[in-house]
Amino acid sequence: MANKSQQHPTLTGAEILWAALAGEGTTTVFGYPGGAILPIYDALRKFPTIHHILVRHEQGAAHMADGYARASGAVGVCMATSGPGATNLVTGLATAMLDSIPIVAITGQVSSKVLGSDAFQEVDITGITLPITKHNFLVTRAEDIAPTVRLAFQIARSGRPGPVLVDITKDAQQGTATFSFEAAKPHPYRPHPMLRAESSSIREAIELIQQAKKPIILAGHGIVESGAEKEVIAFAEAQQIPIASTLLGLGAVPAAHPLQLGMMGMHGESWVNNAIQQADLLLAFGMRFDDRVTGNLASYAPNAKKIHIEIDPSEINKNVRADVALIGDLKEVLQLLLPLLPKNSDTSWLKEINASKGTAAVRDIINLPDNGHLYAAHVIHDIWREAQAAGRLENTIIVTDVGQHQMWEAQYFKHEAPRSLVTSGGLGTMGFALPAAIGAKVACPEKDVWVIAGDGGFQMTASELSTIVQENLAINIAVINNGFLGMVRQWQETFYEKNYSASPILSPDFVMLAAAHGIAGANVGKRADVIPTVTKARTSGKCFLINFQVEKEDGVYPMIAPGAALHEMVRRPQHDPLLETAEDE
Amino acid sequence: MLHTFVALVEDKPGVLTRVASLFRRLSINIVSLTVGESERPDTSRMTIVCEAPENAAHRIRASLYKLETTVHVDEVNRAQAVVRELCLIKVAAGPDSPHGQNSRSQVFELAQVFRARVVDLAPESIMLEMTGSASKIEGLLQVLRESGYEVLEVSRTGRMAMRRGHHTSRVLKALGTKTASADNIDILDPDALPEDEVLPTEFGEHEA
Repeated sequence: MANKSQQHPTLTGAEILWAALAGEGTTTVFGYPGGAILPIYDALRKFPTIHHILVRHEQGAAHMADGYARASGAVGVCMATSGPGATNLVTGLATAMLDSIPIVAITGQVSSKVLGSDAFQEVDITGITLPITKHNFLVTRAEDIAPTVRLAFQIARSGRPGPVLVDITKDAQQGTATFSFEAAKPHPYRPHPMLRAESSSIREAIELIQQAKKPIILAGHGIVESGAEKEVIAFAEAQQIPIASTLLGLGAVPAAHPLQLGMMGMHGESWVNNAIQQADLLLAFGMRFDDRVTGNLASYAPNAKKIHIEIDPSEINKNVRADVALIGDLKEVLQLLLPLLPKNSDTSWLKEINASKGTAAVRDIINLPDNGHLYAAHVIHDIWREAQAAGRLENTIIVTDVGQHQMWEAQYFKHEAPRSLVTSGGLGTMGFALPAAIGAKVACPEKDVWVIAGDGGFQMTASELSTIVQENLAINIAVINNGFLGMVRQWQETFYEKNYSASPILSPDFVMLAAAHGIAGANVGKRADVIPTVTKARTSGKCFLINFQVEKEDGVYPMIAPGAALHEMVRRPQHDPLLETAEDE
Repeated sequence: MLHTFVALVEDKPGVLTRVASLFRRLSINIVSLTVGESERPDTSRMTIVCEAPENAAHRIRASLYKLETTVHVDEVNRAQAVVRELCLIKVAAGPDSPHGQNSRSQVFELAQVFRARVVDLAPESIMLEMTGSASKIEGLLQVLRESGYEVLEVSRTGRMAMRRGHHTSRVLKALGTKTASADNIDILDPDALPEDEVLPTEFGEHEA
């Protein structure tokens, strides 16, 4: 609706919404219509540049917008009607909030004349989502729609990104106003008064880095959000500082990079966690010292000074006390630091860490001979091997659900590119994978998108299979089926004396479920069948579901018990009874 | 310990909820919260007094900044700022009260000592208005009670705070004033120091 003439058109609020979305670069909206948002859906046909994807449940819409944003870096947009439509978005908004993902959610609302009267399908969604959005708005006038939507986009993507909800009353959608995209431009982003790296702090940081003998970079999600991948690698290489990644930081530094140690934390590699405990300097790059990363705070990296580079000042000293805090955009701060540091070529610390790997890799499950049993780790590692052999690794996005398979994915799929792993880290939302993969595939149609989900989480949002078919999306789905809510079962095994309370789960025949949707599928129970079936799925050009029937009572190792110190790892038992019986057969 | 924050926020519906919700989420009890107009159009000024651990101040301030509706936040302590509260007190002072016919004149005297004003006179009661620090208000109430007067009603506004001296550089910046020339700023004001020297201590020394 770009109108270059001096006269600005008079449009309805609904039309203004679409024009503003289009102006912000939105090409896809994930949504579900309903009474209070019908004027907006009525105007949709006038905006052919925007493709609307009908979801099967509004939670799916939010996760799709989330997956879209994670895969592309652009703002994802989802839409729902008032009342139950809006409340169904809540889990998706919270997921995006905890992982700092930029999405804009549009909800319809009852007419402003009846606001607060418990009208049909009325719910106070701005009140409900207040703590799980970066910001939210209630719009009651057509003329406020364009400035609010533009401001919502700005808030969603600036600073530490996050979800923004815009609730628009039905009378605002039906009212009219003159529309000018340019005039609706928000003011420059409110500068954060605390948002700058102090020159004295920079000096202190340089001093600490130069003194350090055993420094480690903790590579977080902020690297990807800031687009600072190159700077981080340049910094690490110039200083020969090894890198440990958080779950959401995987891919920011390629797994194959010699300085990349692997994932830290509860299910991180033993040598990574041990190295953090021995380090004398931690450089936290865009990460927030989550409890899954630190273990017991009192014993966390006891000998290390901490330099925290972070865009959100409220994260400083929240969990771990920073000796030096550099507040700001990671890329800018690193660009400031890089030229001020003389190069370091001492590789002894890296060699020490590499030597400490010892037998850990040998004991690794992927090195077990094929004994007829299928382990989830095998499946995930083989998906990686298949993609690598086909030269598709850089063009593969893995979208995981939450649980054991998520941790195995993080351990056994080696991510070489940023945004190649889409996973719910902070909130740990089961049911995330399938809808988020739809968003990722829509954002990156040229890439191979794999859903890796457990039998539990997959059933939470399996209704979105219909969405995949309706949109004709070639998404590959790997259901890691062990008949249990696996992570719950593992905790019950470890901490609750194997009292498997409510963790065994009955599932439908997933291949037949896929078939009912017109989706091809296959059952795999043997290791030898994994790679051929994965290739078949990847090259089918259509959605394909593989049900991997894996070992029922396998565990994720190493593991740090909640509240234990980072070096107190529980290792895969040398004589895992499960593995022994496997070898006997 | 008690922390006092002064926040400039947008004057829009729901802003108070956002501020209050922040304290709720951190499980911090608000001792008092006053809101009113400020010198700037469309901007309200809040003085928030809360009970929180000493090292929580930075995080509360940073979290307040994080709210999109916040324009500026300052943490003030008593030495730097004038802190005032307004209080209305209704005291029983009729012929049937313990001090009988002398009730009124004694209350008048007390009011004079505490610089309170008599704002209403009824056959059975007197209403006093007093402005001052919280401790002075508590002092008057204590004296009234100890003198045997029945305090019928008390209404307190909660504390309001304002930094002493000129506008600080940070306030000027928050208000969008172009430049605060150096000699315009009270040298003794910690906010007038080059900002490089102010912030690191906030992230460092304060939080033991």
